Amino acid sequence: MEILWYCVIAFMLAMYVILDGFDLGAGVLHLFVAKNEEERRTVLDAIGPFWDGNEVWGLAAGGTLYFAFPLLYASSFSGFYLPLMIVLWLLMLRGLGIELRHHVDHPLWKAFWDASFSIGSILLTVFFGAALGNVVRGVPLNSEGYFFEPLWTSFAIQPETGILDWFTALMGLVGITTLTVHGANYLAMKTEGSVQRRSRRVASVMVWGVLLVSIATLVAASSIRPEIWNNYADHPWGYFFPLAGLLGLTGMVLCNIRKQDILAFFSSATFIGGMLASTAFGLFPYVLPASTDPKYGLTVYNTAASEYGLGVGIVWWTIGIVIALGYFTYLFYSFRGKVRLHTEGY
Amino acid sequence: MEDALLLHRLQFAFTITFHYLFPQLTMGLGLIIVIMKGIALKTGNELFQNGARFWAEIFAVNFAVGVITGIPMEFQFGTNWARFSTFAGGVIGQTLAMEGVFAFFLESSFLGLFLFGEKRIGPKLHFFAAFMVFLGSWLSGYFIIATNAWMQHPVAYEVGPNGSVSLSSYWGLLLNPWIGWQYIHNMIGAVVTASFVVTAVGAYYLLAHRDEDYGKIFVRVGVIAGCFASILVAFPTGDGQVKNIVVKQPVTFAAMEGLFETAEGAPLVLIGQPDMEKRRLDNPLHLPKMLSFLTYQHWEARVKGLDAFPSDQWPTNIPLLYYSYHVMVGLGTIFIALMLAGTYLLMKGRLFTHRPLLWVLMLAFPFPYIANTAGWWTAELGRQPWLVYGLMRTIDGTSTMVSAGNTLFTLLGFIGLYFVIGLVFILLLIKTIHQGPAKTATAH
Ligand code: HDD
Ligand code: HEM
Ligand code: HEM
Repeated sequence: MEILWYCVIAFMLAMYVILDGFDLGAGVLHLFVAKNEEERRTVLDAIGPFWDGNEVWGLAAGGTLYFAFPLLYASSFSGFYLPLMIVLWLLMLRGLGIELRHHVDHPLWKAFWDASFSIGSILLTVFFGAALGNVVRGVPLNSEGYFFEPLWTSFAIQPETGILDWFTALMGLVGITTLTVHGANYLAMKTEGSVQRRSRRVASVMVWGVLLVSIATLVAASSIRPEIWNNYADHPWGYFFPLAGLLGLTGMVLCNIRKQDILAFFSSATFIGGMLASTAFGLFPYVLPASTDPKYGLTVYNTAASEYGLGVGIVWWTIGIVIALGYFTYLFYSFRGKVRLHTEGY
Repeated sequence: MEDALLLHRLQFAFTITFHYLFPQLTMGLGLIIVIMKGIALKTGNELFQNGARFWAEIFAVNFAVGVITGIPMEFQFGTNWARFSTFAGGVIGQTLAMEGVFAFFLESSFLGLFLFGEKRIGPKLHFFAAFMVFLGSWLSGYFIIATNAWMQHPVAYEVGPNGSVSLSSYWGLLLNPWIGWQYIHNMIGAVVTASFVVTAVGAYYLLAHRDEDYGKIFVRVGVIAGCFASILVAFPTGDGQVKNIVVKQPVTFAAMEGLFETAEGAPLVLIGQPDMEKRRLDNPLHLPKMLSFLTYQHWEARVKGLDAFPSDQWPTNIPLLYYSYHVMVGLGTIFIALMLAGTYLLMKGRLFTHRPLLWVLMLAFPFPYIANTAGWWTAELGRQPWLVYGLMRTIDGTSTMVSAGNTLFTLLGFIGLYFVIGLVFILLLIKTIHQGPAKTATAH
């Protein structure tokens, strides 16, 4: 049961990163690929109907985490208090930017919300990468399963960790490069003309950045937490996930060259999904390893809710998620095709 | 420890109170938009169609702020109330997660269609999208109320070996006897807010002699909806809440009513200031025996006062609780009177030219917000000193690892940010109202 819920949450988080990832990536690029008012409106219209629903994957993943692994939710949310509050504020500014920009027709108003949307997105991609970095590296848990991390202690890795050290900063880079490429692929798929051209170019260059930082992280993670390879050694079928990631990466490069934007987008989605699944596979059964003493680490077993709760949960969760996937299909289907401002917009 | 507790509570109270200013309009306005679009679909009346578009514009801004201020609520269970979450997450996590999976997905997907899709999907499907958005917001209200109801009246749980509670009955949690009245009362409170807002905008157009066709529609829809909702919020739903509390939280009830001493034939207090040192009400103005009658339908019934309970069970802030409750009920009474007057003139066909009443209706829209906020304060202060009634005290629920300094920092951050958000929101509202429904219609 615990394993099932671990997979459920990994699935929801991966959906979140893939879906909200493209609108975050679009936000990172907003100021760079869209130069004039019309182009900026195009970018915003491309994500307009979707971004809130995408964000709900994150919220729903949070809610699910809360009920399936209450101690994990409590421990990690209070331990990451400051960075989470900053994430919240960034999410708020960014969301306001998307929603409020078009309500007033004044250049300063628009410039302000463009900046808030873009800067919010940039910082969020870095934070999300760094957050994953913290989970892989481990945090200073005490015997009751709680901890508190300051924003930084030292840039080197040590038992009394802070949020930022060289490893998590590297993961932050992974976050921003990957989601930028993902967002660029999305925009290339949904737009035409100069926005599309610039997005393709960004994707074609940035994808090498992704490759570079991914290799660096792989090496770094193997030296910091060599245990992540144990699961692979025990269950070689797990190599499927990194292979999928690799496939996605190759696809990104090839499709970009051939200007197959839709396939390129699905390739970056596969890459993200593959890499997250590989991480989840490697970490298991830990959900939050300890940097202090391995035995304090939180696992799916010592944080899970009761058997009964998890049992009824799987019933309604399955029903709910099937319905939700239905809505999403319908939503994406209704707004399929390129964004066209002149004819009628959405 | 005390410091940290106070700051956690202040932060939670501040952020939730701010959050709830928005969903109450979402939930109420969702219904009113569905009604307007329904009329437009039936009669083909373009004015109703455009009127609905105008309100959709306001709905969108309001919804965005509601979403944005809602995310911190979910986070804070973990960030500020970690021990509470460890203790109760296995139960209330269920309803919170269901809210995400069932309600938020529904709302957010159909909102995209509703706001951006009118031309793409045609009028029938567009009506359907509006209806689904409304349904989603009411579903979301249900799960949240179910969460709150469990904290007011915990049911369907077992205490596990590690001291935390776990769910023992799924339907028991969803059909908590506390939910019924609380949910209906709260939702109707939301309809009161929306109908006052719609009325106020209509009254403004009529008074300013602009967009008068729309002004009439808004005032008509607003006043009729407001009349129904104002009555229903007091009776039977508000009354139902009272009867629930008398039985399940008698000490809260005594504090709400400012009843310090147990009495047979207890009086209903209309005005008076609780004096905690002397344990009595100053300057009371009351209706003799009325409280006994209202609660037990019997003039001489015995009502337990605060003296019947040990003082460590008393709510921690009795004066504020008492005032919140009386503000809610007092305003509720005024709403009924106001909306009855409006309906009467409407039926006589004189409302649209009755400038004094239009002025009152225009200026009345903040009061339902105050009543709703006061209602929640009543519920939440009345629950003290318990975080989960009878099971966990508020002081035992905080995050021990987060220092008071950090909480103060984030509380100040929220105050600053919400101040800006509030200003921007009001600015946009004024702009949209000033632009008017005729303009929004052509912009589409
Ligand atoms: C427009 C708003 C509004 C108005 C006019 C009223 N209420 Fe209310 N009331 C609410 C909006 C509200 C609320 C915000 O919706 C609350 C907060 C928690 C809840 O479930 O509903 C609430 C709570 C609430 C509670 C506390 C529940 C608890 O402690 O859990 C009681 C006893 C009443 N109400 C009773 C009344 C009565 C007798 C009213 C007579 C006029 C009344 N309310 C008018
Ligand atoms: C259904 C959703 C809600 C839940 C689950 C909830 C839960 C909580 C929690 C955990 C606290 C902090 C602990 C405590 O002081 O007991 C709290 C306090 C508070 N909440 Fe709520 N709340 C909800 C809705 C609301 C709403 C809508 C409002 C106001 C509009 C509100 C007003 C307050 C206030 C004023 C406090 C501070 C009370 C005090 O500390 O004495 N709550 N609530
Ligand atoms: C502590 C309690 C609360 C939490 C954790 C919470 C959480 C949230 C979250 C995360 C959202 C954003 C959803 C999205 O992205 O679509 C939201 C919006 C919403 N909330 Fe709350 N909320 C709380 C209190 C309340 C209360 C008391 C109500 C009403 C009964 C309510 C009703 C709604 C509704 C209808 C929305 C939809 C958006 C809107 O109305 O603006 N919430 N809430």
